[in-house]
Amino acid sequence: MNGLLKFSNVTLRRGGNVLFEKLDLELGPGERLQVTGPNGSGKSSLIRLAAGLLQPARGQVDRAPLALADDHLALDRELLLRNALGFWGGAVEQAMVALHIDHLAEVPVRLLSSGQLKRATLARVAASRAPLWLLDEPLNGLDTDGRKRLGGAVERHLENGGAVLAASHQQLGGEWRKLELGR
Amino acid sequence: MIAALIVRDLRRGFTGAAWLPIAFFLLVATLMPFAIGPDAKLLARIGPGALWIAALTAALLPIERLIEPDRADGMLDQLALHGLAEESIAFAKIAAHWLTFAPLLMIAAIPASALLAMDGAALARTALALAIGTPALAALAVAVAAVTAGLPRAGSLAGLLLLPLAVPLLIFGAANALLLEAAVSLLLTAGAPFVAAAAIRASRT
Repeated sequence: MNGLLKFSNVTLRRGGNVLFEKLDLELGPGERLQVTGPNGSGKSSLIRLAAGLLQPARGQVDRAPLALADDHLALDRELLLRNALGFWGGAVEQAMVALHIDHLAEVPVRLLSSGQLKRATLARVAASRAPLWLLDEPLNGLDTDGRKRLGGAVERHLENGGAVLAASHQQLGGEWRKLELGR
Repeated sequence: MIAALIVRDLRRGFTGAAWLPIAFFLLVATLMPFAIGPDAKLLARIGPGALWIAALTAALLPIERLIEPDRADGMLDQLALHGLAEESIAFAKIAAHWLTFAPLLMIAAIPASALLAMDGAALARTALALAIGTPALAALAVAVAAVTAGLPRAGSLAGLLLLPLAVPLLIFGAANALLLEAAVSLLLTAGAPFVAAAAIRASRT
């Protein structure tokens, strides 16, 4: 596999329903792909499938080391933001600067607003050294500045040879290849 | 990463409600003389069994916060993405839970044994039996917590699942059949991470 993520003939079934079948996709270094589609079309499931947290009913998924940001916080609320992000390792300080939450480093996670928490989950991905980023609804709760900073982080990641797979029904900044589910 | 997870769970255990099961253990031990009466000989005879029942019920208390908060918060997913097998996650959780639960329980067994008019030798035997049995109690608690994570009324269900599985430990522990108890404890402790891991994987949606 040359790419960072490859779906070969993948079928996903959830609770007896086929969400999509015979899906092929490939993502190489420097590429970004946005999964779109109405609610319930399987965008989040596709992300979790790519992450290896779900298994396909049929077909095969190959993936490079990856980092995931979804609706789950996965940060200890009683810790200071710096320490909570530090648990997951990587370039935490740079990532906090990139998402502009560095001034919140000494604030306990439980006191942060939902937009700030969203930035924190994105900072965990930015801090990781994984070549493949999976972002599920990355714009939820982000303000204009947050979107701009996410866009910047994505651009830098692509320049460094990374790839990004994002699921969102909103318009993401920059040029994205599109994959529409649920047609 | 396993060590980091154990340290993190220890921190959460001790800053959280680690004393709660211990207080519960002491309370149950306190109830015994009230229920049985002040006959010291009778109390001393049922003492080890009473301590075991107190330990079992105390082990049930923390079950709901062992796995479910981390599952609901995506922590288990992120740990898996950071390359930790679910079995390793379960092992770390068992180790951390045992360390927050067992040492305090052994200390609490000293005042509890006094309440039950047990002499020093009986206390030493029971403490040894508890030391051998508590890893299995911790392992069972984590496995049952993983199986019931995310279910409604998980706490009551966990009790129904855990207590029957702990019966062999109770029999051999209270009878001070240490080798048999050690065998059961080993089996439960070795098997639990795999049960917990399968449950964690199956609970993903």
